Amino acid sequence: MLKLTDIENLAALARLDIPAEEKESLRKEIDSILGYVGEVQKLSGDVVKKEAGDIKNVFREDMNPHLSGEFTEDLLAEAPRWQDNYIKVKKIL
Amino acid sequence: MKIDLHNLTITSAHAHLTKGDFTARELAEAYLSIIEKKNHEINAYLEVFDDVLEQADEADKRLKAKKDVHVLTGIPLAMKDNILIKGRRAGAASKILEGYYATYDATVSRKLKEAGAVFLGRTNMDEFAMGGSTENSAYGPTKNPHDTSRVPGGSSGGSAAAVSMNGALAALGSDTGGSIRQPASFCGLVGLKPTYGSVSRYGLMAMGSSLDVIGPFAKTVEDAQIIFDAIHGKDPLDSTTISENTYGVKTLPKKFVVGVPYDFALGEGLHKTSAENFKKNIQHLEAAGCEIREVALPNIKYSLASYYIIIPAEVSSNVARYDGVKFGALEEGKDLLGDYLLTRGRLFGKEVRRRIILGTYVLSAGYYDAYYGKAVAVRSLIRADFKKVFDSGVHAVVTPTAPSPAFKIGEKTGDPLQMYLEDIFTVPANVAGIPAISIPSGTADIDSKKLPLGVQFMAAHGQEQLLFEIGKKFEKMRG
Repeated sequence: MLKLTDIENLAALARLDIPAEEKESLRKEIDSILGYVGEVQKLSGDVVKKEAGDIKNVFREDMNPHLSGEFTEDLLAEAPRWQDNYIKVKKIL
Repeated sequence: MKIDLHNLTITSAHAHLTKGDFTARELAEAYLSIIEKKNHEINAYLEVFDDVLEQADEADKRLKAKKDVHVLTGIPLAMKDNILIKGRRAGAASKILEGYYATYDATVSRKLKEAGAVFLGRTNMDEFAMGGSTENSAYGPTKNPHDTSRVPGGSSGGSAAAVSMNGALAALGSDTGGSIRQPASFCGLVGLKPTYGSVSRYGLMAMGSSLDVIGPFAKTVEDAQIIFDAIHGKDPLDSTTISENTYGVKTLPKKFVVGVPYDFALGEGLHKTSAENFKKNIQHLEAAGCEIREVALPNIKYSLASYYIIIPAEVSSNVARYDGVKFGALEEGKDLLGDYLLTRGRLFGKEVRRRIILGTYVLSAGYYDAYYGKAVAVRSLIRADFKKVFDSGVHAVVTPTAPSPAFKIGEKTGDPLQMYLEDIFTVPANVAGIPAISIPSGTADIDSKKLPLGVQFMAAHGQEQLLFEIGKKFEKMRG
């Protein structure tokens, strides 16, 4: 069963400020959902090993880039804060 | 001539437009006037575009010159709010994207523009497509035009309601676990979830990247097919797209073999009327000359559990991009970490936050194998189950689309797990990546309202053609 501190730790990892009054209901809901999805654990370890899919490269060759700066203005215009050619954030050091 | 919106289809509208019975502008005006009348109650559209008539005029130029005329030229469509159209607002019905304007066209938008389709507006949805009722929108729920005390389904509920209220001739939605098929079933429409990768996801806001696919809402199977034909195809901008050769196209069979997984299709939780309707549908299919064969899909019962591990896992990583820095809205904190915490904590709705927390949990080091690892394994077992059935000569597997007709607004909002169970019949096709279609199959008389029901057909990868054929047969029989 999840503890309230688990919810707090997960929220911190996910960069979510969860209102205090919501934590307990969230804990209960997540617990009940985990109880349901835990069904999949009925599968044995062998099946997991055998069935995990194959891996192939899906990336194209890195060639024919677009002109540098072609989209800069459009994209910057969507940022909440920017200055010159940069996205602006609060001081981190 | 007077335009009969209720009985209009893309095919018939196209015939009228090319004959000159009415213009694309007149058609667009007819839809705008319905939206004007009905949208304040139904809340299908979050925004009606202010240049609809200009778009229609462009289409009329093509129609008049008889140049570059596509069957979609001048056809008024609605777009789900998570599909980008350059220069227009797009927000996935989330506060975190307040003020965001798309900087590029989704591939589907580009293709529809090239065909000359007219975009009427963007439609309401569950926030970032997370939900099955459109109640998770930051802009209020959409109502079902068949009974306004009920939900239209979701997450593409706005698109479904828009077409159902005659406020668009067809619409695009996205389907990750049933988000096209379930609302289509609730609103009495045809809804197609194409094969994973057959329609480019470029410009679709990502929810579950291994499951998401864009598809149409339409009034007839033929109309759904027209839109699918216009939007599918390999796209260099989405490395997961497939071509027609990927799976090959089978020749159409003389006699359709329809597989029924009875235990699953008539399992517990199925509404009585829906069960009766399903049995009647099987009789219809038999009467139409289909061979009905019971099939076994032994792992399908794990679909929903596996889905609700995979989806929050993918959500938690996909929505990491919404941080108040790069685009959308910002909720100011005292430092950069505070900006992140408040922006994401306050501007994401409850269901989005719930899935992020769940996803963070199932991907965390100590639980990864027990949840995500197993879910991925289940997924390949389900895929193998379907392959076996289709390889044995079954052309389509049939189930109900949803466990019940449209439910009441607020009925399931208190218990997220109850809402997840809505997806029981639709999720397997997403987990396996196969195409599926929901087709209206009658109505349930509840509270003196006629509530639409739907039947779902699933086919092997790349075999949309089979779904269209059997869908048309079914439409004919149903009358």
